[in-house]
Amino acid sequence: MAIDSKLVERIAKLSRISLTESEVKNLSSDLDNILNWIEQLSELDTEGINPVFSSFDEEEIKYRSDEINDGGYREDIISNAPLSEDGFFLVPKVVD
Amino acid sequence: MKEFSTLSIKETISSLKNKDFSVSELIDFHISSMENGRELNAFITETSDIARKKAIVCDQNYSKGEDKPLEGIPIGIKDMFCTKGVKTTASSKMLENFIPPYESTVTQNLWDDGAILLGKLNNDEFAMGSSNETSFFGEVKNPWKNSMDNFTVPGGSSGGSATSVAAGIGLASLGTDTGGSIRQPASFTGTVGLKPTYGRCSRWGIIAFASSLDQAGPITKTVRDCALLLNSICSYDPKDSTSSQKKIPDFEKATDESIKGMKIGIPKEYEADGISEDIIEYIEKGKEWLVESGAEIIEISLPHIKYALPCYYIIAPAEASSNLARYDGVKFTHRVDAENIIDMYEETRSQGFGDEVKRRIMIGTYVLSSGYYDAYYLKAQKVRAMISQDFKEAFSKVDAIYGPSTPSTAFELGDKKKDPLEMYLNDVFTVPVNLAGLPAMSVPVGLDKKNLPIGMQLIGNSFNEESILSIASCIEKSAKFDLNPNRWWINE
Repeated sequence: MAIDSKLVERIAKLSRISLTESEVKNLSSDLDNILNWIEQLSELDTEGINPVFSSFDEEEIKYRSDEINDGGYREDIISNAPLSEDGFFLVPKVVD
Repeated sequence: MKEFSTLSIKETISSLKNKDFSVSELIDFHISSMENGRELNAFITETSDIARKKAIVCDQNYSKGEDKPLEGIPIGIKDMFCTKGVKTTASSKMLENFIPPYESTVTQNLWDDGAILLGKLNNDEFAMGSSNETSFFGEVKNPWKNSMDNFTVPGGSSGGSATSVAAGIGLASLGTDTGGSIRQPASFTGTVGLKPTYGRCSRWGIIAFASSLDQAGPITKTVRDCALLLNSICSYDPKDSTSSQKKIPDFEKATDESIKGMKIGIPKEYEADGISEDIIEYIEKGKEWLVESGAEIIEISLPHIKYALPCYYIIAPAEASSNLARYDGVKFTHRVDAENIIDMYEETRSQGFGDEVKRRIMIGTYVLSSGYYDAYYLKAQKVRAMISQDFKEAFSKVDAIYGPSTPSTAFELGDKKKDPLEMYLNDVFTVPVNLAGLPAMSVPVGLDKKNLPIGMQLIGNSFNEESILSIASCIEKSAKFDLNPNRWWINE
């Protein structure tokens, strides 16, 4: 399907990225080209194929025991925040 | 002054043991190479003070006979690896001032083995690109100019990692490879680059791009050096749930093994058009070298390989759109203030991310959005299964797969910048390997008519890096590639 500027604006909203008018125009044509090219996958019959989400052998994935073994780095973590107060991240007002 | 820049890690270590020169002398040399090479723009952050301090400790360790396997070896690190207390930017404005409070597992492994951090290396923003032109900190130049005397790209996304090693700044570097980001730049710069099997190296502390595809790996001058670095960085790490507990072999030993009797597959699909003539010539030369060394060449088929690239451009952006959601103006340095929280998110991300990153987040968001998930994302994961199956069948017949790393040699700066799709096509030979999680490497074989390096790719079966190291070592001996670009960046 064709990607128009309306769809680009919707995707941008979902991505939480604000775009200028010229960005919307460029992205419409870029995404249209890229998605049209990706469309070639539809010629492959994938009926009955189990999807693979990772090449890693699932049997090797072990659950760790549910216990605290590290932590206490509040100051370290907060140190990269653009705004903080009393050891908390500071954000604009969320609830009226 | 000793010609430090032409030495391999192996040779440097033996000179250090012999007391031909000290670690401090070696480090001073590499710091001045780094400073003289600023026109290459390979480094975002130079860590000369850290390097000089550690050199003193390393020299003491040599004196006491307590030297570790990489004692005193200067190494550049792609700016995708978190380094404790040292700025780590992912080459993005979003992380321009980010100072990680912790160290990535693979870099910690290097420091534990005595290696020295020389600096943090430029790359495509968030490792998204194939030319190192998407970096917020500017493009990296390939040390190899083409025969028209024009600048070429070093490839990407680990462009700084490849350029620094090719220019003799530092003895090796670390890169990350999500769809070819180690092998393609290694190929463009005449260096050796290896992406290990998914799970061989811990991903802990690597800034995430596409988590089911990302792997760390070395870029070096020689195959043996590549094995030495692998010996250090591979480890089981409980902090990465997809880190493997499989036994880690001595990779250096593999570089001495004969390839006599090995079966090496060449996919017939690689004969497709679009590969430059000079590269085709070297594919043939390489075949002869392998046969002369006693290997058997077998034609194989990877019938679904042509779908790997479009498949990758669904999966990688999908994972990226999710991984990069964390950059919201709250936790990581960059923030644009606004009246309400939604505007803050949108403005922060709009100004913090570059065009290619935005493009990929948008593709990823689209293919995961309601109504399109099955048609794109799920479809791609099924195609991925078919590609993995192709490789499985191939590896029931052969020990390794051989072919070109890239369809062309390094292109000129700015050449493909305008057309994202044309840029993506560069990774046609490297991407399938990431989808299947296999190990693969690029080894330099010669120069084309434009005087630019050509790399050949070797793909191994899962957790069999040893076979490709043995074969690469054999190709290296036959090719006798001379990593010696004209040093235009040094002002005499």
